[in-house]
Amino acid sequence: MARAVSTRRQVAVSILAWVVALAIFFPILWTVLTSFKTEAEAIASPPSFLFFDWTLENYGEVQERSDYFRHFMNSVVISLGSTLLGLLIAIPAAWSMAFVPAKRTKDVLMWMLSTKMLPPVGVLIPIYLMFRDLGLLDTRTGLVIVLTLINLPIIIWMLYTYFKEIPGEILEAARMDGATLWSEIVHVLTPMAVPGIASTLLLNVILAWNEAFWTLNLTAAKAAPLTAFIASYSSPEGLFYAKLSAASTMAIAPILIIGWFSQKQLVRGLTFGAVK
Amino acid sequence: MKKLITAFAGASALAFSVSAPALAETLTIATVNNGDMIRMQKLADDFTAKNPDIDLEWVVLEENVLRQRVTTDIATKGGQYDIMTIGTYEVPIWGKQGWLVALDDLPESYDVDDLLPAIRGGLTIDGSLYAAPFYGESSMVMYRKDLMEKAGLEMPEAPTWDFIAEAAKAMTDKDNEIYGVCLRGKAGWGENMAFLTAASNSFGARWFDMDWKPQFDTDAWKNTLTFYLDLMEEAGPPGASSNGFNENLALFQSGKCGMWIDATVAASFVTDPENSTVADKVGFALAPDNGLGKRGNWLWAWSLGIPAGTDSEASAKKFIDWATSKEYLALVAEKEGWASVPPGTRTSLYENPEYAKIPFAKMTLESINSADPQNPTVEPVPYVGVQFVAIPEFQGLGTAVGQQFSAALAGNITAEQALQNAQRLTEREMQKAGYIK
Repeated sequence: MARAVSTRRQVAVSILAWVVALAIFFPILWTVLTSFKTEAEAIASPPSFLFFDWTLENYGEVQERSDYFRHFMNSVVISLGSTLLGLLIAIPAAWSMAFVPAKRTKDVLMWMLSTKMLPPVGVLIPIYLMFRDLGLLDTRTGLVIVLTLINLPIIIWMLYTYFKEIPGEILEAARMDGATLWSEIVHVLTPMAVPGIASTLLLNVILAWNEAFWTLNLTAAKAAPLTAFIASYSSPEGLFYAKLSAASTMAIAPILIIGWFSQKQLVRGLTFGAVK
Repeated sequence: MKKLITAFAGASALAFSVSAPALAETLTIATVNNGDMIRMQKLADDFTAKNPDIDLEWVVLEENVLRQRVTTDIATKGGQYDIMTIGTYEVPIWGKQGWLVALDDLPESYDVDDLLPAIRGGLTIDGSLYAAPFYGESSMVMYRKDLMEKAGLEMPEAPTWDFIAEAAKAMTDKDNEIYGVCLRGKAGWGENMAFLTAASNSFGARWFDMDWKPQFDTDAWKNTLTFYLDLMEEAGPPGASSNGFNENLALFQSGKCGMWIDATVAASFVTDPENSTVADKVGFALAPDNGLGKRGNWLWAWSLGIPAGTDSEASAKKFIDWATSKEYLALVAEKEGWASVPPGTRTSLYENPEYAKIPFAKMTLESINSADPQNPTVEPVPYVGVQFVAIPEFQGLGTAVGQQFSAALAGNITAEQALQNAQRLTEREMQKAGYIK
């Protein structure tokens, strides 16, 4: 009897999980479907789900109007560049916090996180002025720097959590064997933390790919990534939902595919250390 | 780790790479995503063919993103753009600040006197033109001729608000999802407040008296808001407090609105048989009035301006001369037909017999001509602007007041409460900004 209840419960939980997953996925599915409709079908009421005249017209028009590849390359460079630079700074920082904590380490960690609580627009003008004076406006370098700084607290926090799970005795043993600080971090700590580093990397690539405040406000034509590509198809005066959906689908497709293939690592990384 | 470092080095090399210098001068143009601007982008080959030494880079953004983007850039002298698409709200403020290059030396062939006086007036400060209009728009009534006939009524060319209310109630058939009137309800200075401020002019209301004292505690505002709320309750669609231009356009195109009072630019959408189910049933009329001498229509022009300090001023002027010229209008007509020509900027366009055949041409011109940004309402005001107040504080103020009125439309607060809150918050902001003590 107990087994029957458990099965029923399992089925119920599975159904609930499917419903929640579909609810989360539905907007993306709807965007993809709308991208294959005409503008008239995109606003039709009641809307048609699958039975409409499928067309590639919107993709053709988006391709003709905008340089997708340039925006795509900018997104790749900005998201990868900022994540890797962030990791380079965050690995030693998280090492020191996890293995050689000082009296105020927890406060420093909280302080770093608190910078994420400030609305970005609050510092738009100072950052814009600094970028203007340094010649960094509308450059990929500028965006790599700003996105690194913005995501750094999250990277450090995630790595700190993973590193805390690694027994300090292993590092001590390495030190006893004569490992230098550099080889301790590079040859002992990093290989052990690879799953954690990989999921941090993936999550930050996704965060940087989707970042749509700084990437819109600090770029014009040259360094504009896919967020600007999408924004160029949104209009408050005119119904261009099908074209906007086509642009959105093209912009999210690469990151969706990466996320799909790396979901195991992502989930493992995100739940790492959650149960003790 | 080696792989990580190699990958980082590769990404850094890409990130820090510098693009090769171009030989031609490059103009960066910031513009909005709407049909007329996209058409300009497509036809720009004509300009570059005539000016092979000038390259064009386009930055197309959604209107509100663009406004934030170009405002930040011009206020900080960021120098990212050589030409900016700006509206009649920005031009008087930016021109006074010295942020824009005056366009006084356009060639004689440009024929600046051909620009429609109402539009030109909104872009001129102390006799100097600070932006060239690319297209102009006002607002008007679009209505379903078939539903009007069924209701046994005839739309006059210049209706009153009383007639609009009577017709809206007569056309409403909620069981069949037909609503007599669709009006903006979504909060925002360019959303519901564009409509309500323009409408309030015809009720004799104003934002401020000559001493900059807010006027939401007057009978004129009370009459405006209660009329709007009553009308929408009886004859408006459900959930109207979240409807803006696009939502109402979708409703009208799918045959669910008897009347829609909104931007004249909508006329080309609702009469487009490819996207509108009611394309052949649409009639047009002037925005309503109350017999007080002012109609409830607005005035807007998307215009091209040059930020002061650009290195490419001469080339930017060449481009603006091309994009806002009579020749450009003729080019669009030749390539895409007269209905696609950017409306509302030049007198000569409306004198052209070919253009006069467009069903909404006459009404657009009359609507534009009947708006006066210098004297928008019945009583004198200290500001410029028909559906806005051209002061830097207005974006925030307009949106805050818009939220109150939208909440009243949603039924969360009463009209009296909305007006009291609007009065209080406007007084507070105007005191903070130093307009009143």
